[in-house]
Amino acid sequence: MSSIKTYQEINDKIRRGEAVVLTAEEVAEMAKTSTPEEIAEKVDVVTTATFGAMCSSGAFINFGHSNPPIRMEKIRLNGVPAYGGLAAVDTYIGATSVNSDRPEYGGAHIIQDLIEGKDVILEAWGKGTDCYPRKHIRTKINKDTVNDMILFNPRNAYQNYNVAVNTTSKTKYTYMGTLLPNMKNATYSTAGELSPLLNDPEFKTIGIGTRIFIGGTTGYVVWPGTQFHTTRPKDENGVPVTNAATLAVIGNLKEMSSEFLQAAYYEKYGVSLFVGIGIPIPVLDVEMAKRVSINNSQIQTSVLDYGTVGQPKLGQVTYEQLRSGEIEVNGQKVRTAPVASLAKAREIADILKGQIQRGEFLLQEPIQMFPSNASLKPLVEVEIKEEGSAL
Amino acid sequence: MNLIKRKVILRFPPQSGDKPLSYVLVKDYDLRINILKAEVMPGKTGRLLLEMEGLQENLDKGLAFLERHSVECQPMEKRLSFNQNNCINCGNCTAVCFAGALSMNKDTWKLEFNQENCILCELCVKACPLRLFDIDFSE
Repeated sequence: MSSIKTYQEINDKIRRGEAVVLTAEEVAEMAKTSTPEEIAEKVDVVTTATFGAMCSSGAFINFGHSNPPIRMEKIRLNGVPAYGGLAAVDTYIGATSVNSDRPEYGGAHIIQDLIEGKDVILEAWGKGTDCYPRKHIRTKINKDTVNDMILFNPRNAYQNYNVAVNTTSKTKYTYMGTLLPNMKNATYSTAGELSPLLNDPEFKTIGIGTRIFIGGTTGYVVWPGTQFHTTRPKDENGVPVTNAATLAVIGNLKEMSSEFLQAAYYEKYGVSLFVGIGIPIPVLDVEMAKRVSINNSQIQTSVLDYGTVGQPKLGQVTYEQLRSGEIEVNGQKVRTAPVASLAKAREIADILKGQIQRGEFLLQEPIQMFPSNASLKPLVEVEIKEEGSAL
Repeated sequence: MNLIKRKVILRFPPQSGDKPLSYVLVKDYDLRINILKAEVMPGKTGRLLLEMEGLQENLDKGLAFLERHSVECQPMEKRLSFNQNNCINCGNCTAVCFAGALSMNKDTWKLEFNQENCILCELCVKACPLRLFDIDFSE
């Protein structure tokens, strides 16, 4: 399909304050009365967004050097373990990290406390070396005292996600929320027609280098997310019907806000981080116009039994059905509930729309596109023969 | 026989101020009453936080008597409080609420909390990933 607009042309319009920007929900509505050709002609950018719990999130922090200096080999932030294998005073605090004494407070809460400007107790130990003689430090840090705080999330913004139900006779506590026995409820997590990767399912515009909204500031897509999967079953619109591709994203945590980054604790599961992400999609041609026009009745996802090992698939439903409040699974009517915030996702899509309309946010063409044929490997357990241990 | 203690919030209609209701509770139903908190304004609805102790049968009869006289009785020890300001409208609590107290508005997709429908099953307390629900004992 021939390109009718370039990134350059769209960015020029954005700079002049003339770009026509709609949210993905608005363009889905427009598509009821306009053809893809008309949409490609009229609309320049479509904003998409999501706000959900994304466990594969975390932050790099550089504490700065104390005097005398220490090579931090074991690190605790408010008692929560942070990675101690990264040079002397760098660390990575994973969102799901917890101290077993206090399972409801974890890395995600450290991240939220730091962005809210709170003091956090840093305690670290090292063995003491010639150049880093100190063996222990206990002090307070906050976002103004540390050199760097960089949110770097290896797997965010899942392209579609499953619906969770529980067919067993016992309540299951999961990252998809509390699943009541005998399929008394069903939970779903994606923003549907507003969700970023459902509006560009073949990654024609989202790739390495894409500028995005993340956690309240501007950040970037830096890589395909871990468990990036492009060969999942797809429907007639070419949209995967289960969780598929993901994004690795980065941004300056010091500029972020707890409005768009929220620590969470799931009963009997653990800690996670709600992450707000917004991605602008340029309507480069008629094909992209078709993609961004997709609506909830055209997006399907799989219903999985989270109560049974192997999570067997029980059915397939549309987001329109999920939003109606009730779906049918195996002949049984099941009440639905979201576990990701559509209200927040809408807020993000609107903020990003405003930023682009005012010329504050320019689109970045990907520096490199994502792989188009990626699938997943399971972890295969192999027998380990101890060599040379028979001495 | 076991004596049972209960805390109840009583809401009096404006016209009930002239009846000796607590006298009847003591005299006819053999209840030991202890007024913990009272808000009485002439001509308006009055509220009383009352601790009542007695036989289960008498407590039930006493409460039934009050309700016959248009006094609303609400057990105190079970009232849900909700920190709405910090709510991110994720919807997790609505997955477990079957009483119709917590629901998502289908237009705004924001949480709606209808305290009156709450049956205090307390499932939302643990289902909320931000821990915004609590059982409030001080009313």
